[in-house]
Amino acid sequence: MEKKFGIRDVVAIGIGTALFVVLTNVQIPVGFIPNTALQTRVPVLAFFAAIFGPVVGGAIGLIGHALGDALFYGSVWWSWVFPDALFGLAVGLFVKQYKVREGGFGGKQIALFNVVQVVANAVAWIVLAPVLDILIYAEPANKVFAQGAIACILNVIITAILGTLLLVAYSKVGAKSESLSKED
Amino acid sequence: MAGRLLTYMPKNTWIHRLSGVSKMLFFLLWSITGMLTYDTRILLLMLVISLVIFRVSKTEWKQVGTVFMFILLFLCLNLFAVWLFSPNQGTEIYGTKTVLIKITGNHNITAEQLFYEFNIMLKYFTVTPVVLMFIVTTNPSEFAASLNRLGISYNVGYAIAIALRYIPDVQSDFTKIRHAQEARGIEMSDKASIPSRIKNMSAIIFPLLFSSLDRIDVVSNAMELRGFGKNKKRTWYMGKRLEKNDYITIGFALIFMIAALAITFADGSRFWNPFG
Repeated sequence: MEKKFGIRDVVAIGIGTALFVVLTNVQIPVGFIPNTALQTRVPVLAFFAAIFGPVVGGAIGLIGHALGDALFYGSVWWSWVFPDALFGLAVGLFVKQYKVREGGFGGKQIALFNVVQVVANAVAWIVLAPVLDILIYAEPANKVFAQGAIACILNVIITAILGTLLLVAYSKVGAKSESLSKED
Repeated sequence: MAGRLLTYMPKNTWIHRLSGVSKMLFFLLWSITGMLTYDTRILLLMLVISLVIFRVSKTEWKQVGTVFMFILLFLCLNLFAVWLFSPNQGTEIYGTKTVLIKITGNHNITAEQLFYEFNIMLKYFTVTPVVLMFIVTTNPSEFAASLNRLGISYNVGYAIAIALRYIPDVQSDFTKIRHAQEARGIEMSDKASIPSRIKNMSAIIFPLLFSSLDRIDVVSNAMELRGFGKNKKRTWYMGKRLEKNDYITIGFALIFMIAALAITFADGSRFWNPFG
């Protein structure tokens, strides 16, 4: 069923990025560690990745984070841009198994989605982000790993709650219009 | 919330007249240089050049002031956290230890630490003016068109153009939905507890996300009807040819990067050590 990179994917990257950028500012700050907050844009990224696949997910993470940083903070933290791209890509890899479009996002798929998002978050924020922070900014290891671990935990929590809810809701609504399949 | 977002502002300076691509290449090369080097002399030089560019682009303080203050706040928090977690990072890097102020046990303020954190600060400040300049002087449509001219697939250019085009729309959707939900009595301020704030936030995210998905359908149908993606190439209304100034800009960034890295790594380390 999955076709090659089409118009819908281009538009999904565009609008998804716009949404991601707007939500950059919509977060619940945690305060005590800089640049770390409960980010509503993370579950939205996971949502787009789970529906449109790895290319769209990765692109929204990459362009969205870079653009959001630039537009809101006037600076781009590359060490945190790539983990978001990786996260979108990783969640998107299992797009066929989630069956969101077909309306089949139930217990098993929810479990799979959450396992994937936990692993993807862990790799992105506990491994990639701190390593890049050390390589690029030569920041102290214990600080960046603490920062990464906190970012990871927060992202896992918000994605588990909001990401799952969004996908369940969309799977219910979207099923009717997408349930026709082409006969061979 | 809407007021803080940086936006393009048309003006007539030579920086505005540059192609979006040369500005982006400059910005990318500039940030790579800024990321790799820890040489204070080069960072200082970059800071001076950044500020000159910023000045030449006639960017006004009121365009970027709030964003700038925000960066400053983040930076201070970050510098403090670096010291809190690792007060001797400077000593590890530069090899000496000169205690300036004794506080307690291991948490002293050393000259090396101050110098190291000063370098972190410089690293942020060398990139910031260039990013600000890029955002406020580049016309989004022109940028997408010139990306294609560089040989990048026009799908990518279009995705970025759509993103830039729809950020204000999604932003206004967001504001409308938030006001509607607040009118219904949903508490969005700091007074609510975190779980209930997540719940209230989802009351905004749900409609926003579904209206965005509708938008994807509308826009992709419209593009499909107009035959988007049928041909390998397309022409651009806002396309701009690279001119002499563009080549000079790109050339300068390249040469600067090579020279800066050569100087930085000449002694085998990315740090410049004034203590040894």
